[in-house]
Formats: sequence, C-alpha cells, structure tokens
Amino acid sequence: MTSTPAIEADNLVKHFDDKVAVDGVSFSVPQGSVLGLLGPNGAGKTTTVRMMTTLSRPTSGTARVAGHDVVQDPRAVRRSMGLTGQAATVDELLTGRENIRLIGGLYGLTPGYIKRAGDELLERFSLTEAGDRIVKTYSGGMRRRLDLAVSLVAIPPVLFLDEPTTGLDPRSRVELWDVLRGLVRDGTTLLLTTQYLEEADQLADHIVVIDRGKVIEQGTAFELKNRSGQSAVVVTVSDAADLTRAEALLREVVDEVHLDEGARQLTAPADGLRAMTRIAGIFDDSDIELDDLGLKRPSLDDVFLRLTGHRAEEPTHETEEVAP
Amino acid sequence: MSTQFERPESERTTGSTTGRQPGLERPEIRDTGLLRQSLTIVRRNLIHIKRMPEMLLDVTIQPVMFVLLFAFVFGGSIAVQGSPAGYREWLMAGIMGQTVAFASFIVAVGLTADIDKGIVDRMRSLPINPAAVLVGRSISSLLHSSIGIVIMSLTGLAVGWRIREGVLDAALAYFLLLLWGFAMIWLGILVGSAMRSVEAVNGLMFATMFPVTFLADTFAPTENMPSALRTVAEWNPLSSLVQAVRELWGNTGPAPADAALPLHHPVLSTIIWTVGLTAVLAPLALRAFQRRTAT
Repeated sequence: MTSTPAIEADNLVKHFDDKVAVDGVSFSVPQGSVLGLLGPNGAGKTTTVRMMTTLSRPTSGTARVAGHDVVQDPRAVRRSMGLTGQAATVDELLTGRENIRLIGGLYGLTPGYIKRAGDELLERFSLTEAGDRIVKTYSGGMRRRLDLAVSLVAIPPVLFLDEPTTGLDPRSRVELWDVLRGLVRDGTTLLLTTQYLEEADQLADHIVVIDRGKVIEQGTAFELKNRSGQSAVVVTVSDAADLTRAEALLREVVDEVHLDEGARQLTAPADGLRAMTRIAGIFDDSDIELDDLGLKRPSLDDVFLRLTGHRAEEPTHETEEVAP
Repeated sequence: MSTQFERPESERTTGSTTGRQPGLERPEIRDTGLLRQSLTIVRRNLIHIKRMPEMLLDVTIQPVMFVLLFAFVFGGSIAVQGSPAGYREWLMAGIMGQTVAFASFIVAVGLTADIDKGIVDRMRSLPINPAAVLVGRSISSLLHSSIGIVIMSLTGLAVGWRIREGVLDAALAYFLLLLWGFAMIWLGILVGSAMRSVEAVNGLMFATMFPVTFLADTFAPTENMPSALRTVAEWNPLSSLVQAVRELWGNTGPAPADAALPLHHPVLSTIIWTVGLTAVLAPLALRAFQRRTAT
C-alpha cells in the first residue's frame, strides 16, 4: 500500500509585515511516525505549527494534513487533527470532564460517546479522580494531560503538540513522554515542537532542526549526531601512572589527544568504529590496563551548536535533571 | 503501560486514518451548524457565571448602587420635567442605557481573556463555523445584559418607577435596549481584539465608557448643561436610546423644543444610530479579530 504522508510541508513561508518568521520550510511525516521540530525560541516553530493547523495562513507554500490542503480545505484538516497549544489551553473554570464535553460537543459527537470517551481518557491520563474538579485546582502536569485528553476526544489520526513539556517538572515530563509513546504505538502521527534536544532525541523518529525560519538540518537523531562528524574515542586507564604511556601510544595513530588526568581519561577524535578497533588493538598489545574504552558520539546539543553557532536554548534546571 | 487498541478494520481501508484510543472507535464528527455550536459555547460561558457569580456584579450590585445613589443622594437636587414620579422614575431608563452600553465591556473582557489563554485558538482549530466563537460570546453577553435589565427593573419598581404606557410600547423599549446592546457587542469585539490584556481592556473601557455614558441625558437633563456640552450630549447616540425608552415607558414628556434633532424622534434615531454603529463597527471588529487571531 502506498500511503500518503500524514503531514507534509512544502516550502512554507510566513511573513509578518516585513519580518520573515518562516522562510521556506519543507518536511514530510509518514503515518504513524513522530517528527520533532527542533529549534530555539523564535525559530519559527510555533508559526509553522499554526500554519499546519489552519490557524494562520501561509504567505506562500503549501501544507497538507492527512492529505488535505490547509488553505484549500481547512475544514477537512481540522477534522483530521488535534492541536495541543503551547500554553495548556483548557478552560480553568470548567471541570476536567466539562472541558472534554465542551470540545466533544463542538465536534458534534454524541453525548453517549462523549461520556464514554471522557471516562476512558480521564482514566488513561490518571485524571479520573480530578475529573469533576475545577481545572484551576490542577497542577501544571495535570493541565497538560487534560489538554492532551481534550485534543484526543475525537481521536484524530494526526496530533500537533507545540512544546508539550515546556514548564513541566522532570517527573511530569517523563510521564507525558510515556503517554505520547503510547499514542504513537497506537498509530497516531505526531508532530511536536521542542526546544529540548533531549526530548527530540527521546521521542522523534525524524528531527527537523530550524533556526531563524529555515530548516538547517534534518534526519534521525542518529544521523544528525553522525553527520555532525567528530566522534571521539575515550580511553580510561586503570592506573593514573599509565596515562603518559597511553598518550604516547595513542599519538602513534591519531594527531590530537586530549588528556584529563583527574578522570584518567584520554580523548581522541576518531571517525567511527574502525578507528576505535585500531585503538583497541594497540592497547590490547600493550600491558596497559584499561577501565573503559568507548566511542562517544556528539550529543544533539553538540549538533545544534555546530549547526547554528549558538546553544539551542538555556537548558532549564529541569532538563538537566531529567537527562539520564 | 497501555493497552491494546484494536484498530477496526473499517479504519484501515480508509487509508489515511490511523490512531486509536483504548476501547474507543473513532467517532463520527458531525457538523451541527452555527447555532448549535454557538449555544455550546454559550453554555460554557454560563458555567463560568455559575462558578464566578461575581462576574455578574457589573449588572447587579453596580447598577443597583447607582440607582440608589442617584435616586437618594443626587435625586433631591436634580429637577426633571414630565416625569410623574420625579427623578427616580426618570433615572431608570438612563441607568439601563448605561448598563447595556457596558455590554461592550463584558464582551471585550471575555474575548481578550479567551484569546489570551489560547481558548480561541483551540476553538478555531476545531471543525466548527469560525463565527461560532463570536456569536457564542455575543449571545452570552446579551443574556448577561438581560439579567441586568431584569434586576434593574425590579429595583426600579421598588423605588417608585412604573411603566405608564401600553405593553407594546414597553416591549419596544426593552427591544431597543437589546438592540443597543447588540451594537455595543461589536465595539466590545473591536476593543477585545485590539487590546492585549484584560487589564488594558478595563483601563481603556473605564476611561472612555464612563464619561461617554455620563455625557448624555442618562443621569441629568441636558437642558442645564453648558451649550457646547449640551449639543455633544444630545447628539450622543445613548441619549436617543434613553429618551426613546423614557418616552415609551411614559417616564418623561417629549424633548424640549430647543433639543437637538435626534431627541425629537428618539425611536427612529435609536434605530438609525444602532444600525449605523453596527455598520461601522462590525467590519472593523471582524478585521481586528481576524488580524489578532489568524496571524
């Protein structure tokens, strides 16, 4: 079966007055996969999502969701997708259940279905007990989960999430990731924007990096890290006394060695596994005891830094803590 | 975690659809039409009032306080002609006119809050008639104003106000009040779309609507105003409304011979003013709303 991509953007451009917010963004998301739209604040992520979800009209270019053109047939697009905006856009004065009923009612779903869906979704997002409480009393994580539950009431095949975990504490973030993985397992196509490299790494099958309105790189997290070139071999010797000898050995095969005495580590740029095997052989032939020998690939952070010349975003403390 | 949602075979054949929830099959999305969609939004707004009854203060305590303040504090020093029960009776149409003018306030605050919190975006991302957001907001606001009109009518009855003309005239007066409220909704949408925060809306509306609603025949007869001010007040569209309502309820005589033209034909002027205001404000309001939300 040839399947049309669930989401397609073709040379999307958006101008605000004389400012170019999105400048020719193209990508394609196969059904049932996850695209991570990665970029710093102001890169054009939200504007891109607003165009894809019919909220904002592209200055030029086209976009399709579930095969429907966002400009030609916005209604069909709205029928096929759910949107979870940047701020949790649930109604604070309504209960969780009433929020679901409101959106379900606007979709024209039957009351019987809405009731069943409400129960199922609240259960699924661990909100059953809170379902009849006013949203004002919810924590940030609960609001996000409710927001997602509300977006799912009509079971859209495509879901857009604009920075779904911004402002969440680490635990809620990991919980939300689990929920999203569940959705994908069940066949939903996701497009999520994030400033967190780690989030893209965790969730996305395919990553599109945008900066200043342009796509500057795309691929899987693995490809991105690989393409960013320099992997390094990290050698950890057992005895600090061997460091100098180990360094000398390494220098026979590589030009540049970085020495970290405290960690008893030597780092040498190496392009891939072959270099690493060679280095392993050298140490095998010597009498130097190693604690560890490993290949370190660049993190997405390194990738981003290389691509844009600036950090993705000040990582918040939360992000740092979440990092394994 | 999750369980096992079997995707129904029927879904597979439709090709582009994937994604299921536990135990749920993808429901049929029905287009229920503008009215049903608007009423769904109205119901949501009414739940807001139920949860925060203080939202009704502007059409309950506040106008009632005004009735009492003006009737008993200023009332003794303001002489009016043609009102059978004096100033208190004369006052009622003025306060109702002001309260209905404040409908714009209600719309603007509600709309700004919804835009600000992303609720409007969420609704616009749904397969509904885009007008439902504004129509729902407008119907809620008319209901809101109606509550105020009922409460003020009861307060009026308590302080001596009476309807002294026929049922049809009385009904026409109430209709004109709501018509005026309708025109004010567009002002509210305009302001609500243009302002960035509820605080800004409050500031702007307070600074403009208060003077505008006082610079009319609402609380004091225009005859005693300095002549330049009197001209402005008598051409104030609100004055036509208030004069029309007063006459239709039998709370005043005809406007003085030297009054400005609109006050001599208050019912007709009110209709012309409201139609005219709507014709000017509605396109501006829709454009502002569009600009604010669809960019």
